[in-house]
Amino acid sequence: MTGDISMKVLTDANIGEVVKVGKNDARDSLKERLLALGLTNGANVEVLRKGPKNNLTVYRIRGAMIALRNEESGLIEIL
Amino acid sequence: MGLTAQSTKLESMNDVFNISRTDAQKVIALAGNPNTGKSTVFNYLTGLNQHTGNWPGKTVVSARGEYKYNEKEYIIVDLPGSYSLFTASKDEEVSRDFICYGDYDAIVVVLDATCLERNLNLVFQISEITNKIILCVNLIDEAKKKNIVLDKEGLENELNIPIILTSARKGIGMNELKKAIEKVASSNIEDKPYTVRYDDKIEKRVSEIIPYLEEMNISNPRWSALRMLDSPIDVFSYKKNNNLSMDQAKYLADKLKIEPDNQVIREKISEQNYNYANYLKQKYVIEDYAKLNRDKKIDDIVTSKIFGIPIMLLLLSLILWITIQGANVPSQILSNLFFGFQPKLAGWLIKLGAPDFVIGIIVDGVYGTLAWVVSVMLPPMAIFFPLFSLFEDLGYLPRVAFNLDHLFKKACAHGKQCLSMCMGLGCNAAGVIGCRIIDSPRERLIAIITNNFIPCNGRFPTIIAIASAFFAVTSSSFVNSAVPALFITLLIVLGVFITLAVSYLLSKTLLKGIPSTFTLELPPYRVPQIGRLIYTSIIDRTIFVLSRAVVIAAPAGAITWLISNIYIGDLSILAHISNFLEPAAYLIGLDGFILMAFIVGIPANEIVIPVLLMAYLSTGTLTDFESIGHLRTILMSNGWTPLTALNTMLFSLLHWPCSTTLLTIKKETGSIKWTAAAFFIPTAIAFAVCFITASIYRIIF
Repeated sequence: MTGDISMKVLTDANIGEVVKVGKNDARDSLKERLLALGLTNGANVEVLRKGPKNNLTVYRIRGAMIALRNEESGLIEIL
Repeated sequence: MGLTAQSTKLESMNDVFNISRTDAQKVIALAGNPNTGKSTVFNYLTGLNQHTGNWPGKTVVSARGEYKYNEKEYIIVDLPGSYSLFTASKDEEVSRDFICYGDYDAIVVVLDATCLERNLNLVFQISEITNKIILCVNLIDEAKKKNIVLDKEGLENELNIPIILTSARKGIGMNELKKAIEKVASSNIEDKPYTVRYDDKIEKRVSEIIPYLEEMNISNPRWSALRMLDSPIDVFSYKKNNNLSMDQAKYLADKLKIEPDNQVIREKISEQNYNYANYLKQKYVIEDYAKLNRDKKIDDIVTSKIFGIPIMLLLLSLILWITIQGANVPSQILSNLFFGFQPKLAGWLIKLGAPDFVIGIIVDGVYGTLAWVVSVMLPPMAIFFPLFSLFEDLGYLPRVAFNLDHLFKKACAHGKQCLSMCMGLGCNAAGVIGCRIIDSPRERLIAIITNNFIPCNGRFPTIIAIASAFFAVTSSSFVNSAVPALFITLLIVLGVFITLAVSYLLSKTLLKGIPSTFTLELPPYRVPQIGRLIYTSIIDRTIFVLSRAVVIAAPAGAITWLISNIYIGDLSILAHISNFLEPAAYLIGLDGFILMAFIVGIPANEIVIPVLLMAYLSTGTLTDFESIGHLRTILMSNGWTPLTALNTMLFSLLHWPCSTTLLTIKKETGSIKWTAAAFFIPTAIAFAVCFITASIYRIIF
């Protein structure tokens, strides 16, 4: 993790925004899975919608709709 | 022994690796991302009915089938979908191991034409392993609808891999696919497919390792070199032919000062794979952004914060209502037919001079139970499952998981548990296997143990029958099906609630832990193939119900007849058992016969009601059962109150799993301890809940 507080993560991105992945801070098997889904550095991610209780957010990643919990999207730093 | 990765991994390896084949037969693997239509391709090629559905993770074990083309025989292995060869859920492991180490003559990678960029990542990974590769770009009809245009020749030339555009569900391109498989499987292709070149730093390392591997005569030097850099060393644990062994890899890593499992390198490799995929998409695919947003608009409503859950409940009650309403008439016809034939059968046997007890076993025991199971179980199931599959094919199930994830997260469980619960509606044993889509062993175990709280194929009709008998007593046929439908919806909601509560308690006690990671793909909506769907799900269910009826209901019927007609002292064995169970049964608002029927029903829940009826008929004043219209009369004359009906349904919903499910749990967890937990937890809950309702009822009335 970077100590830089001003660093924005995917969780902060607004609905409708298209953002670019800066750094993927997940580890181990989660990292592997996020990479497999295409959340690599420089990938474009569109924020589509939030679900019930703002728990899940749907993103368009590499042409597919993927839902992530805040715990996961908080590990993706965006530019 | 607990749930170890090893115990289940070895088993799944055996599942796929034991491919018996003759020399003339070619083995073809079907790989690809989840939900790209592999099973549809498989069904088309083999003519088999592998269940298909629009959600990622539906195929969790590999299926195998055969077909003939140009006089040659092919064995085709349908692998569970996987995003990558590096991820680690149980079902993806099966694919990874087979792709890396399986014995196949060609591999067909099935891609979703509407999502090429993501799908290509796996293609690049596989083309590093083998050059016997064919790309089957499936769902081109969907792509056409979304105005996606694909330059097939351009892509083919660039990748140097044969590409076939198909729509397996419409049969488009399937002959070309067979032709391409024949060509690739039967010739020695020297052509290398294009593989991604990584950055100089990685390529330099690779070029340092390769000479050593070549010297050792390793069959796949580039792939082995890359995996030495970016993977844990146990990626080499399966020894086959000239693969690099783990010992060799360790030796080389020491010698060349390689630090295995280097996540930085893995990240770089993934990034560069995806960059290339993106480049290919930009160059060879034209998309229409406006059309892409169709699914988004549907999802804005279906998964909205406000309407998501109400819509779900509404759809569930609607399906149940149609099921109850629709099953009425066929049930009546079937039961008139079967039970009308019963006296005739008895008449024939009497003419043949059969002794009384033989007639009893055959006519009242075996035939009566069979007749009940078929006429009462079949119609609702033959209506419910096509309807349910309709939503499954549309792609609605992942949306359900999406809507409910926050509840599962609070229960410290996995959101995908929803999907295994939906499979549990069909059969809890299938639901338990379906839990393989859950990565975390802890959460998978929770999902396995709680799957039973979703009523399966065998319990559903039991609940429907009782609900209809007790809550459908007005003159309006709409009310008569709407009330039970609502009631059963509530019962399912209760099942879900108990699932969540038990999951939470397990997470806080036996299976401590925090919710693990969660990623869920929402697949594009697809128009279901209604004709095929109705046909296969009806056939599916008919065969399922009938085979269970013959294998389990018939013998159980015979045994029940025997114990209810063999007397010890003044009472039949059955009455003795029932008397013995009576005190416990009374406490939970049932009677001894009901509890006994549930115990006899351990092999299959379908037989609970027929066994109960037989027990009542053999001891009570009524001795004949003519049609299901009589159900209410029989139950009432045996002292049923609304409490008995309610608690029988609750007990059916919550009690122990059937023996098939228990065996499956034993197989999936490899643990007696957890199998016992899966038996005792529901049992305890069933007793507790029924005790509470009985006590409340008795205080009030």
